[in-house]
Amino acid sequence: MLNDIFVAPFVDMFAAPDFLMQVLWEGLVSGILYALIALGFVLIYRSSRIFNFAQGIMVVFAALTLVGLHAMGVPAWICILLTLGVMFVLAVVIERVVLRPLVGQPDIILFMATIGITLFLIGLGEIIFGGENKVMITEELGIPTGSVLLEPFGGLLILEQKDITAVIVAALLVVGLLIFLNKTRMGRAIRALGDDHQAALSVGISLQTIWVLVWFIAGIIALVTGIAWGARAGVSFALEVIAYKALPVLMLGGLESITGAIIGGLMIGMLEKLFEIYWGQPLLGGNTETWFAFVLALIVLLFRPQGLFGERIIERV
Amino acid sequence: MKDLKGYVTADGRQIGGVLMEMRNITLKFGGVVAIKDISFDVREGEVRAIIGPNGAGKSSMLNIISGFYTPSEGEVWYKGEKRPPMKPYEVARQGVARTFQNIALFEGMTVLDNIMTGRLTHMNAGLVSQAMWWGKARDEEIANREKVEEVIDFLEIQNIRKTPVGRLPYGLKKRVELARALAAEPSILLLDEPMAGMNVEEKEDMSRFILDVNDEFGTTIALIEHDMGVVMDISDRVVVMDYGKKIGDGTPDEVRNNQDVIDAYLGVQH
Ligand SMILES: Nc1ncnc2c1ncn2[C@@H]1O[C@H](COP(=O)(O)OP(=O)(O)O)[C@@H](O)[C@H]1O
Ligand SMILES: [Mg+2]
Repeated sequence: MLNDIFVAPFVDMFAAPDFLMQVLWEGLVSGILYALIALGFVLIYRSSRIFNFAQGIMVVFAALTLVGLHAMGVPAWICILLTLGVMFVLAVVIERVVLRPLVGQPDIILFMATIGITLFLIGLGEIIFGGENKVMITEELGIPTGSVLLEPFGGLLILEQKDITAVIVAALLVVGLLIFLNKTRMGRAIRALGDDHQAALSVGISLQTIWVLVWFIAGIIALVTGIAWGARAGVSFALEVIAYKALPVLMLGGLESITGAIIGGLMIGMLEKLFEIYWGQPLLGGNTETWFAFVLALIVLLFRPQGLFGERIIERV
Repeated sequence: MKDLKGYVTADGRQIGGVLMEMRNITLKFGGVVAIKDISFDVREGEVRAIIGPNGAGKSSMLNIISGFYTPSEGEVWYKGEKRPPMKPYEVARQGVARTFQNIALFEGMTVLDNIMTGRLTHMNAGLVSQAMWWGKARDEEIANREKVEEVIDFLEIQNIRKTPVGRLPYGLKKRVELARALAAEPSILLLDEPMAGMNVEEKEDMSRFILDVNDEFGTTIALIEHDMGVVMDISDRVVVMDYGKKIGDGTPDEVRNNQDVIDAYLGVQH
């Protein structure tokens, strides 16, 4: 038994390093999407203290809109632009109708308001697009669907091209967001608002503008993850679960830390995959990915209640 | 007091016309009347103090000027025009900068980044060019950096430029907050108890900075201060508040000899 837990998995890893790389790669693909989603949570939380329960349904809604528009005969790339437009309008409406009237209310009220947004979007999505599963328009978007075969250590590593695309696009988005947050006026304003509302107002930052902006960014993130995840799992309301995967990331990385979201997302993506393959499947009958991240987060919190990056002094980008 | 030309101070500075005027301001919080029918003005180039015991309504008044509170009654006039109800960010964009009684800084950001946010009202480059770090955005950034460095030199905080604000001692935080407000090159600078909680030496430094700002940049300053000695030293005219009412208004000497003011202050320890 001890051997199975502490020795055999590592022997396996060393015996087949190409397979280990395969596992890590798959973990990376999920991980970067978790990181992206967590980033969406963090930006909204930092600028408005709202835990955005609606992030998951926004993924679904973005993917449904994209696929739905395409089904109406709109060219794929125009669909992307239109969907971005829809996400922008959604951000404006949410700010106007939900956030602005509720400003100054306790956090829990705002949280419940995002549950309201979730239910509303579920209803709206079903009315407009119907509840049945759909296929992501992967090829139509020009995302290659073949595989790349590599031969590290004389073994075999299969990288699906759509995963490579997802990783590249997600990574670009993450880097772009970091540059935006650190180098631009609006980005500085977002960070500032997260640190101190009053001070932010006093230097001329408009709450409303920033809120629309962060919700729109969350919408862009929703679209990108929706495409990437939808390409693997199909487009349905079940896509929502990817947002729940961001919860342990936030527990680990902290609700306010951008660095924490990125590193936490990558870590959880890779660790849950490693655990599933080397421990979960042989010892626990598999399917550990549904709960592993939460347990990991709980264990870490047991020893570091402030999370991995929970010290305020740490430079929060 | 109502002349438009202004006046000359005891130390020979020319004070200009009215820059900001509060007319019959009343502010209520539910049943509590925090400010009751107060009028006063602030003139171009002046150091104007608001003093009074705790709870007199001084901070509330500053909050009204900076748009954080909306008065229940009364008008705010700024640069000769009646100001419509405005949000704080709109007021800031009109050239009103401020500090807070309980320091409000961006704790996770460096001193430099904090002060840079003071320049937000001066940045106009479009989002795309900002993101791409293009021509106009880059020129703007460079110009803003220069202004910020100037402020940093002025307030003698060069050695902490890269320090996260959260690590600074109280006195320095107050100074960084002043720096951020100054970086906005405001038409009027509002300071809510800039010297509260400081030791004598720090108070002297801060007094000197405030006077230097007024002197070198000609910035109009309205400040709240508890320490009577300091107020008398640095301000040109003083408004005295007590329980939401104005009980005195004039030069430090006039105010010092005002019986109502003496009475109000006898009831309070200083
Ligand atoms: N946001 C607020 N809500 C309710 N009451 C307030 C608020 N701000 C100030 N007050 C009340 O207004 C009065 C004046 O407060 P304040 O302006 O802070 O006085 P000061 O700055 O002179 O000490 C106090 O009674 C205070 O409790
Ligand atoms: Mg006060």
